[in-house]
Amino acid sequence: MTGPGLSTFRRILPQLVALVVILALNTAIAPGFLDIAYANGRLYGSLIDILNRGAPVALLAIGMTLVIATRGIDLSVGAVMAIAGAVAAALITSDHSLAVTVLATLGVGILCGLWNGALVAFLGIQPIIATLILMVAGRGIAQLVTEGVILTFNDPGLIFIGSGSLASVPFPVILWVFLGIVVSLLFRSTALGLLVEAIGINRRASSLAGIGTSALLLAVYAASGLCAAVAGIVAAADIRGADANNAGLWLELDAILAVVVGGNSLMGGRFSIAGSLIGAMIIQSVNTGILLAGFPPEFNLVIKAAIIVVILVVQSPASHTLFAYFKHRPGRAPDAAPATPPARETGKEAAR
Amino acid sequence: MVKNEPLLRADGVGKEFFGVTALSNVDFELLAGEIHALVGENGAGKSTLIKILTGAYRRDRGRVCLDGVAVDPADVKDAQALGIGTVYQEVNLLPNLTVAENLFLGREPKRFGLTDRREANRRSREILDQYGLDIDVAALLGTYSVAVRQIVAIARAVDISGKVLILDEPTASLDAAEVSRLFAILQSLKGRGLGVVFITHFFDQVYRIADRVTILRNGHKVATRPLAGLDRLELVSLMLGRELKAEEEQRAEPPDLATKPVVASFKGLSKRGRIAPFDLEMRAGEVVGVAGLLGAGRTESAELMFGIHQPDHGTIEVDGKPASFSSPRDAISRGFGFCPEDRKQDGIIDDLSVRENIILALQARRGWAKPLSRKEQEAIADRYIAALDIRTSDREKPIKFLSGGNQQKVILARWLATDPRLLILDEPTRGIDVGAHAEIIRLIGELRERGMSLLVISSELEEIVAYATRVRVLADRRHVGELPAGEITADAIMRAIAASENHGAGEAAGQAAAGTRESVA
Repeated sequence: MTGPGLSTFRRILPQLVALVVILALNTAIAPGFLDIAYANGRLYGSLIDILNRGAPVALLAIGMTLVIATRGIDLSVGAVMAIAGAVAAALITSDHSLAVTVLATLGVGILCGLWNGALVAFLGIQPIIATLILMVAGRGIAQLVTEGVILTFNDPGLIFIGSGSLASVPFPVILWVFLGIVVSLLFRSTALGLLVEAIGINRRASSLAGIGTSALLLAVYAASGLCAAVAGIVAAADIRGADANNAGLWLELDAILAVVVGGNSLMGGRFSIAGSLIGAMIIQSVNTGILLAGFPPEFNLVIKAAIIVVILVVQSPASHTLFAYFKHRPGRAPDAAPATPPARETGKEAAR
Repeated sequence: MVKNEPLLRADGVGKEFFGVTALSNVDFELLAGEIHALVGENGAGKSTLIKILTGAYRRDRGRVCLDGVAVDPADVKDAQALGIGTVYQEVNLLPNLTVAENLFLGREPKRFGLTDRREANRRSREILDQYGLDIDVAALLGTYSVAVRQIVAIARAVDISGKVLILDEPTASLDAAEVSRLFAILQSLKGRGLGVVFITHFFDQVYRIADRVTILRNGHKVATRPLAGLDRLELVSLMLGRELKAEEEQRAEPPDLATKPVVASFKGLSKRGRIAPFDLEMRAGEVVGVAGLLGAGRTESAELMFGIHQPDHGTIEVDGKPASFSSPRDAISRGFGFCPEDRKQDGIIDDLSVRENIILALQARRGWAKPLSRKEQEAIADRYIAALDIRTSDREKPIKFLSGGNQQKVILARWLATDPRLLILDEPTRGIDVGAHAEIIRLIGELRERGMSLLVISSELEEIVAYATRVRVLADRRHVGELPAGEITADAIMRAIAASENHGAGEAAGQAAAGTRESVA
């Protein structure tokens, strides 16, 4: 067990380093950044805040990691959050029990995922297009559920999911850590992880080796829908209401970013859920740091983008290739480039 | 009708890609009013030659003359302007534009600076009239059949270029009637004095339409011959690069088949446009070699047997019980295995380790919920790395870093780990080094002795002779014959391939498929 454990650690080391650097920068900007206080039965502090505020993106990133591992993408998760929030609010306000509300909401999330998965697996639609459909339609569905208003609720049980705390830790933090561990264990202690990686790297060869690629794709998109539903409940419970227009808005992009910052390739294959979760925390730390630094708010997105670009460039293996390329370029003949496509052609011919 | 001065002439044309010779010192000559077939197995240099003639590649050496004037087309457009037009197998037109727009794409008739649609449509009708094609030129090209698109592509190429027409496998997706129609058009173009270069894998069509044939092999020109008087067997031997020689000893001893149980039997399997109906019974302890030229339907047969494509007709029985495969997964669950021809595309999972690649099929068959433990995986991987002598520094090395021969052994190991009863190998020795080559051939013999049933597709006749206990011969998407144990020699296989070409086999497959279509309707 030490072998694989060690390699997992090595795999996420660059992300851990990035996180530590960002946290150090934050501490330099705001000296009290690392302070953690205990009051009213829960922990307070910027670090706890990052863990808590980052919960929706972290939850989305878990499912997104799996989808991206199959060489797909799920753009609909933000909209599914809105649907889930709307469904939860509608059920709880029409006097359903908390258990029914949560289970039904998770069920709706899974259905959304199955819809995406069916489009990808059976109709062969490109994932970016297939999930774009629900991304656009999802907010409309959520509005239909809420009948166009912000549905507020006062159920203490549901509110607890968003703002309660357990053993002095905010409940959303417990949720994403728990879900992250469960999904990681499910995929790594069974063969699911290997099979998902195989279809992400080469779906055709995987299918020829007897892997049920369609069923796996369905399962992976369903998992993403489920994670989005959990995130949607958390987001709605946090504001005690379902806002069909704004819940989870653009969070699909943060989730994709978290997966990529977490060192996972958009080309599919090898994945690390731990990496994605650290990626989500890196993004939230950047957000918090920008706020703490007191820049005018209009700078926030630009600064965030710049920091993300730096992180991605530094940790990408491609950057090494790029450096090597620039190093060797002066020596290359100018006509070397146009010769490349024909070379590919012969390669193909020789391979046949 | 055929003039003596060549319309198009290439002298000593050569082309290298990064030091690898694709075409070496090839001469080619096309007369006006001639249909000239260009044949050769894949990798022979056919496509390199035509890409040089059409300006898609620049040649490294040699001269190309058109009408006696040296030309050096810089790109395809340049070649078109000179008079050399090309029609590819995958028609290079735009299905989402109208027929007329396709015909005049890039050279639309203009009126006051705007496209004159009415004029374009009128002229399109005129052009297509010459080809006996009466269709609505304002309709989208995509609404018409491949055959019609092909004719439109030819019409466009002839209208733009008008001297030389190069057709790259134009008949690959046409049925018999459509082929006849295409050939009638080629005859009329020939009558108008065009030179036509015609690339095909179908010998029957070469004999039907072409005046002369040029055979390429491994980047060299083997011969140019008039078809009148060229015997088919000679053509096959020129293509495959073998002289007819004395009988070779068959090395695999024939098993007593009657005593061996039938593992699987396939009856009347067929798929329109891919393979005509065939029967095949696979017994334990035999190696059925599958021989035939490229495009003869070898891989297509295997794909139906393994559930990669579903047959239109026919039945499959495994151990005497009916089976139907909707995916490879079903076939694997019945004890089948399949090493595909295109190792990189269909075989290896390149980022996964050697260990993971080896256990993949076994794990897939067990299901995700029953993972092999890391220890079991390592034991299986180590066992096959040793047994097949897979050269890798580490079982955790990503398979993409292994040589082709070792990758092939890993794919073999993947199937052997599932302990299959029927193993299909599609070109198992393609593109691997000599040492690995011999080992794989030896392994095939060992597996047979252990009672496995093997179907091995190969283009290497000597190889088939070495391991097959009987040989299926395919031609033009039909199973045309079988050589029993004791009669297997490379010459016998070649003769069987060549003989089958005499029957007008090209149409037989199409007709058979058309027949089944009617019976369905």
